[in-house]
Amino acid sequence: MGDSEHAWKGTAYPIVPLIPDDRERRLVMTAPGGQHGSRLDPWMQSYARRTTGMTASEIRALFAVASRPEVISLAGGMPCLTALPMDTVATTVARMLSTQGLTALQYGSGQGDPTLREQILEVMALEGISASADDIVVTTGSQQALDLVTRIFIDPGDVVLAEAPSYVGALGVFAAYQAQVAHVTSDDDGLVPQALEERIVALKAAGKRIKFLYSVPTFHNPAGTTLSLARRPQVVEICHQHGILLLEDNPYGLLGFKGEPYAAMRTLSEEGVIYLGSFSKTFAPGLRVGWALAPHAIREKLVLASESAILCPSAYSQMTVSTYLATCDWMAQIKVYRELYRERRDAMVDSLGSLLPQATWTHPEGGFYVWVTLPEGVNAKAMLPRAVTERVAYVPGTAFFADGTGQRNVRLSYCYPDPDRIREGVRRFAGVVQTELDLLETFGPYDATGRGAGPSTGVQSPAPDLS
Amino acid sequence: MRHILVLAGGLSHERDVSLRSGRRVADALTRSGSETYVRDVDPTLLGAIRSSRPEVIWPVLHGASGEDGALRDVLETLGIPYIGSKPASCRLTWDKPVAKALVGAAGISTPAGVALSHATFRELGAPALLEAVVDSLGLPLAVKPARGGSSLGLTIIRSASELPTAMVTAYAYGDIALIERYVEGVEVAISIIEDAHGEAQTLPAVEIVPDGGVYNYEARYTAGATEFFTPARLSSSTAASAAAASLTAYRTLGHQHLSRVDLIIDADDRPWFLEANVSPGMTETSLLPMAVEAAGLATSKAYADIVERALTTLP
Repeated sequence: MGDSEHAWKGTAYPIVPLIPDDRERRLVMTAPGGQHGSRLDPWMQSYARRTTGMTASEIRALFAVASRPEVISLAGGMPCLTALPMDTVATTVARMLSTQGLTALQYGSGQGDPTLREQILEVMALEGISASADDIVVTTGSQQALDLVTRIFIDPGDVVLAEAPSYVGALGVFAAYQAQVAHVTSDDDGLVPQALEERIVALKAAGKRIKFLYSVPTFHNPAGTTLSLARRPQVVEICHQHGILLLEDNPYGLLGFKGEPYAAMRTLSEEGVIYLGSFSKTFAPGLRVGWALAPHAIREKLVLASESAILCPSAYSQMTVSTYLATCDWMAQIKVYRELYRERRDAMVDSLGSLLPQATWTHPEGGFYVWVTLPEGVNAKAMLPRAVTERVAYVPGTAFFADGTGQRNVRLSYCYPDPDRIREGVRRFAGVVQTELDLLETFGPYDATGRGAGPSTGVQSPAPDLS
Repeated sequence: MRHILVLAGGLSHERDVSLRSGRRVADALTRSGSETYVRDVDPTLLGAIRSSRPEVIWPVLHGASGEDGALRDVLETLGIPYIGSKPASCRLTWDKPVAKALVGAAGISTPAGVALSHATFRELGAPALLEAVVDSLGLPLAVKPARGGSSLGLTIIRSASELPTAMVTAYAYGDIALIERYVEGVEVAISIIEDAHGEAQTLPAVEIVPDGGVYNYEARYTAGATEFFTPARLSSSTAASAAAASLTAYRTLGHQHLSRVDLIIDADDRPWFLEANVSPGMTETSLLPMAVEAAGLATSKAYADIVERALTTLP
């Protein structure tokens, strides 16, 4: 580069030219008068279309603050592992490793450890499921099962039906495979069957190809609702009639606060349902062990798809879970969790009742989340920066919709903070809402879909390690 | 070998950006042969500083506390040398309306604007006040928090009906919003670092052409979403006047060691001062590192030189 060519020469940084450090050089230089600048990413033109939407986002950046202890995070979904008997788990895992290390640290079966698959049958029996271990595929968390199911069923443009709102992590998978998500109206009793029927008919009339209905029927994330027993057979029947597969995602089913677990949707149809389960909430998410129970033809494709993606799920993780199930009182541990989360649910719902009378919210009978509906006109996403200033974090409702709705909603989680922190968090949150209402009163109902507050600003979900 | 402590993170809205900036600075300094540590600003910090006694601290903190001068006051109190401008200079710069007034008084054009709190709107009535603002400043307008960086809370509006939303967006980040006339033109950032004699020198101007037209958060931190021209496509006389304007801002605001000045060059080649940054972004997509490289320098050498100069020019 000749200095004299450059307009900035007169004030250029006057240091003896260095041998450039290649590791630091980027394609930032442009020829003077050139028509094209640099984009800092030389592969810009090479990315697949499915990366659209994988952009930096203000919302996601704000969650960075939530990891600080000063901030009360009601945004994350991390289970409360302090309730685990860690010493017992450590001893058990150590023994497993010293006796079965050659298997645990080796490649394993693509379908998953046969012993663990037998044990998974016992877990699912609590929800009334009877099945064959042969139809289970163990996956790296049930999130991978979601990915595999989407991979084998979705061509770009195919429709996935989902509750309104729906699990943000599933929406991310559907977007990555270029599915079109059609939300179906849901209320306090879960999916509304009539709305499902109408939606299917309308989509089919519009020439759309519907591949499956994605549902979290029990202790919904984020809605905190449960599909009523009366509606369950109706939903299964509607799917059956229209030839639509039902993808039942059930990570929270055993974490109910009263009575016996709900019978899974899978008990109503063996051929029409893929059931996803997980040890992330009942034992430990760090092990990343989940599973899919699928009709045998689908199961065969899932195994092949999984082998091509990851070869096999972690043998070490599976054997850790298997040993835990075989040697520890895992049912007693689940009861501990139920009691712990029930207390936290109570703390949150009671605080909302006394501090946020302007809003409405769901009353979860299990799981991790309360879904709050704020007064008309409030934009939960636009007020997140103020919440961060006030040292409280939540996830704006728009994250749980593929279509930008949910502006008045927030998801509050009660799984991780203790009851005192939950009460203080709700108190701070109520203050943030009040300030937003004050602004609303001053500036009138404003259109918060504008820039900086709209639905299109990239990934809005918090990272999995957010507390 | 220098023993350098880089501060990154903090509790601001720009924590994520700061963490990335801090790692980049620390990596570069490590490559230059320094012993470098990165720490968050938290209750363990002061104890750690007292026990490890770094030779110099480089605060790479964005947003409040990092840029409002408070933390640098603390470093002054501790008597530890640090990189960057003094607390008073930070305070003047951090408050955009104040910085605009000072730089404007020094003869540099800056878009006409008003800084208003929510309380003012509540007292006087928003519709009438917004109407008066639009009558006075015209359209389009840029609305942003009076304090803060990374374009957080920024909206460019082209019709008066968008103004209420823009106000609420800005107030989510702070109590005071700056509404200023939006000057159409070429957006450039000019980074300034001090040379071996302590003289402030401008680096090549970086011209910013975001895909969506507005250099907002997404455009800043999504690699590929913005096209950069380095040096900016300016005539030599325009480039010189832009560089001179940014040096005037740097000196007027009392900056030292390094900073960045953001300007718009209008159709008549006149530079308009938008804001200055005492703790400019240092991430992989940030403007100052880009300018350093455009000047033919390795960031490791340039940052190490800043440290050396800072240590030799300290009182």
